[in-house]
Amino acid sequence: MGYREDAGALKRLVQADRVHRDVYTDDEVFQLEMERLWSRTWIYAGHASQIPHPGDFLTLDIAAQPVIAVRHTDNSIRVLLNRCAHKGTKVVYAPSGNAGKTFRCPYHAWTYRTDGSLLQIPLKEGYGPGVEHSGLVSLKTEAYRGFIFVRIAKDGIGFRDYFGDSLSSIDNLADRSPEGELEIAGGVLRYLHNCNWKMFVENLNDTMHPMIAHASSAGTAKKLWADKPADMPKPMSIEQIAPFASDYKFFDDMGVKVYPHGHGFSGVNFSIHSAYSSVPEYEAAMKKAYGEERAKQILGTVRHNTVYYPSLTIKGAIQSIRIARPLAADKTLIESYTFRLKGAPDVLLQRTITYNRLINSPMSVVGHDDLHCYRSIQEGLAAQANDWVDLQRNFDVSETGKEVTANGTSEISMRNQFRAWAEFMAP
Amino acid sequence: MTDPIQFVIREARLLDEKRFDEWYELFAEDGHYWVPASPDQPDPLNHNSLAYEDKLLLKLRIERLKQPTAYSQKPASRCHHLLQTPEIEKAAKGEFLVRTSFIYTETRGDDSQRYAAVAWHTLVGDPLRIRLKRVDLLNCDAALPSIQLFL
Repeated sequence: MGYREDAGALKRLVQADRVHRDVYTDDEVFQLEMERLWSRTWIYAGHASQIPHPGDFLTLDIAAQPVIAVRHTDNSIRVLLNRCAHKGTKVVYAPSGNAGKTFRCPYHAWTYRTDGSLLQIPLKEGYGPGVEHSGLVSLKTEAYRGFIFVRIAKDGIGFRDYFGDSLSSIDNLADRSPEGELEIAGGVLRYLHNCNWKMFVENLNDTMHPMIAHASSAGTAKKLWADKPADMPKPMSIEQIAPFASDYKFFDDMGVKVYPHGHGFSGVNFSIHSAYSSVPEYEAAMKKAYGEERAKQILGTVRHNTVYYPSLTIKGAIQSIRIARPLAADKTLIESYTFRLKGAPDVLLQRTITYNRLINSPMSVVGHDDLHCYRSIQEGLAAQANDWVDLQRNFDVSETGKEVTANGTSEISMRNQFRAWAEFMAP
Repeated sequence: MTDPIQFVIREARLLDEKRFDEWYELFAEDGHYWVPASPDQPDPLNHNSLAYEDKLLLKLRIERLKQPTAYSQKPASRCHHLLQTPEIEKAAKGEFLVRTSFIYTETRGDDSQRYAAVAWHTLVGDPLRIRLKRVDLLNCDAALPSIQLFL
């Protein structure tokens, strides 16, 4: 009997402080993840600034299903299944563009308004009664400070209940704009990972790996700079890469915080982004916009990675986001975007773009070693003598079902993600 | 070397023979290596690129490859540049712009990737040095796996 028919077997894959290797390698588990976890939870679809005008759209896959995120004529944001009600053609194929007021299927010209409702069908009288109710299926959608999330399942957990106070990281990112608004800028980096999506998501708050996996890149950057005269201004690139080689104490003292439903962040107290050079012009603009105390509070929050489980991870302090797009049990696309903080000087955008290129590009020397490790896990888990992947570091039996703050090298964020996984996979 | 065409041919050979320290010396002090992430990308600073490296970052990449802890280089990658004859696109006041169409292959163990690309070398000085090497990958905006050596 497979996992689909046996909820008990699925549940047994996740234990309090370890998970069975099948969660990363089994094709049926992956299929069930798409149908359950990725369909019953709130998944990131894009940012409102990518579709600023009515008719603007972008296309993507969510839970292995084609969708369109579009700005409707009334300025609201809609997310529709990209599947003609007639034969199933994708009504729009380009990654992005402007549809005007309608989507017209390229096959038989069935035409829909940008809220998905049917506008017209050629020779309509030949079709059966009720055809006029055909449309593009509209999904449950929420835009929070421009971040568009969708839930594929018709019924299920509400947006606020799902994310709770973890939304404070999105707030901090948006508040970093003197105008309180973000704009996606500078294109996207698309890095194909030959590993399971969870390895990437878990790694973001795995603080026991940087000093090992990134010794060859961050460690070398540190050494290269050590030879330079003390008064030489440190370039942005060194300022950004070198902290990856910080020691265990640094990462432990950073702290980690988790929320119900799998969300969480490390960098409660400080992070690898804390020691960046100040940008006086930007700080002045922030003070002017928010007042001295509030500006200090916003800029003093320098969280490392916040995971909006399972699809979105953000870095408020450097204004970049990474989106996990699972393609198969051992194949994941990671897309990394950068934001312009409206009202901030250009150097802030240049800083986020430098970071994104150094860390998230398919040509990143940091990314190469991460991906090597993920792929190596994917292959290592074929070993049958040991079915279990260990998540026990700093496990505490009382840590479930609430917000918890722990030491930064705890594996609590991974355990917390798998508790959510079990919650939605085998309720 | 003063012949821009021979220079570009030799530059590719140094990469294929993994003589990265010698390759590094081909760059002018203000030299950059740039691989845009979208076609017709105007600018490396305000737009994401696959790579945009000054000499310090090139040095980092080269030194990293020598580290025993460069885990993604076990086994090590190899590369091959198959060049079409370079063409001098512009020549003025000792500065050359050279266009070279090429096929790039990078292998690691059983994995092999192949790309079509055009390299644009901005060469200055005597002997010639690289002020900018821009590589326009045909599929630069596609989802790409790790590319670990130099295009």
